[in-house]
Amino acid sequence: MRRIAALLLVCAAGAAEASDIRASREFLSFDLRAQQDDPSRHPGWLWVEQGETMWSRAPASGKPSCQGCHGDIATMRGVSARYPQVTPTGEVINLEGRIERCRADNQQAPAFGYESEWLLSLTAAVAARSRGLPVSVATDGPAAAAVLAEGRRLYTTRQGQLNLSCAQCHDENAGLRLRGDVISNGLGTGYPAYRLEWNGMGSLHRRLRACSLGVRATQFSYGSPEYLALELFLADRARGLPVETPGLRR
Amino acid sequence: MATIAARITMPETAKKGEIIEIRLLVRHPMERGIDAQGAVSVRRQILHTFRVRYAGEEVFHMDLSTGIAANPYIAFTTTAVETGEITFEWVEDGGAVYQRSAMLTVT
Amino acid sequence: MARTRGPSRRDLVGGASLGVALLATGVKTAHAQASSDESFEQAERAILSGRTPKAAGVEIVMPQLSENGNSVDITVTVASPMTAEDHVRRVHILAEKNPFPRVATFHLTPRAGRAEVSTRMRLATTQEIVVIAETSRGELLRAQREMIVILGACVDGG
Repeated sequence: MRRIAALLLVCAAGAAEASDIRASREFLSFDLRAQQDDPSRHPGWLWVEQGETMWSRAPASGKPSCQGCHGDIATMRGVSARYPQVTPTGEVINLEGRIERCRADNQQAPAFGYESEWLLSLTAAVAARSRGLPVSVATDGPAAAAVLAEGRRLYTTRQGQLNLSCAQCHDENAGLRLRGDVISNGLGTGYPAYRLEWNGMGSLHRRLRACSLGVRATQFSYGSPEYLALELFLADRARGLPVETPGLRR
Repeated sequence: MATIAARITMPETAKKGEIIEIRLLVRHPMERGIDAQGAVSVRRQILHTFRVRYAGEEVFHMDLSTGIAANPYIAFTTTAVETGEITFEWVEDGGAVYQRSAMLTVT
Repeated sequence: MARTRGPSRRDLVGGASLGVALLATGVKTAHAQASSDESFEQAERAILSGRTPKAAGVEIVMPQLSENGNSVDITVTVASPMTAEDHVRRVHILAEKNPFPRVATFHLTPRAGRAEVSTRMRLATTQEIVVIAETSRGELLRAQREMIVILGACVDGG
């Protein structure tokens, strides 16, 4: 994209420090932010509602519905703020992965699949219970530290035909304009989010794939170890800032 | 008559004669059937008509087109005349009809 | 106080079809056309049917510019007593450069109380938005505004 090349002419000096990182909502226009805050006008809530309906629906296998084991969906408050999680053996599980695992192990039902209406709805519904709560992902222990390091490496390494790293846009040039967009800190705290560009809801991994495509780099697959490591790094970077799911994005 | 995912925002109660605002968001991709290059690719599949009935009459009606955004948002007003159900109906290309409703209590 | 309603219990119990309203099996659907047979000028002429509109009484509220043409908010308010004798019957929204210039038509009755409607448009590019209101007395009121549509940086097709 030639327009990203133009960006290099307006590079600000230096990398963003932790105190420079701001919530994604602060980078939205006045109109979009108002819409994100208005549940009567924000289409993302349609998916949250669909997810709430699914929560109490038992699978065909006869195993319990989500409600059957977890009780009311209100018990999911705070859960999304602690994802993704890293097991002691170094496996990274994000919220989508956790839901799919529950579905397979406890409901004996087939996986929904990334970007399916069903997985987006259920993930959005669970994550919405943490809306406004500070991101508080756990990164202690050697396993998590290794994943975090890998995520940081991906974030700071130049990639693609445009030879740009995430940091160059989202740290060094956050707040500046790139065509019609204002570059955010790229936190990902609003995902699954309703994106105008997609005319619908999408996951964080879908957004990351769009970013990869944007710099003409290899797009990793949904749920790939690369995007999961990056997801952990982004969550760590967003520590203390509010979960915004369902987010509204351009 | 099938149902459709929709969010309806309106007061639960109103005084007789009060003008109330009703807002709706409905889950529908409003497939234009045209890809980014302007070529016809998939079938057009949109909600082309939206109708509202209240207290025995159609009180509002909208003709939609491919120029209406996906997951359509519609807001309009109506006068609270009597306690009753307000029904919302969307008609899709091909003839499928989707319906939702909400109660309004008028004091 | 307005409340947002979600699915009713009836919807849940009655096997609500989840997710996207998809093609009904076996039902023929309209074949897509790339653009309208009717131009913007023809559409406006058809609505006016020989009458001259007044350039007054119609207020168009839209953002200063659109960050993404996929979703542009519009609110139209028409000054009218909305009585049986004098009310707005129809509000037309036209988009000058869209492939289909007729964006929407709202049909109102005196029961509306106010002539105020909102929706969200899809706009192909920067263009004029024209709103024409028809009253029960056969009057036409018209307003127009330019909408600037900018593209985001990450137009990814992904």
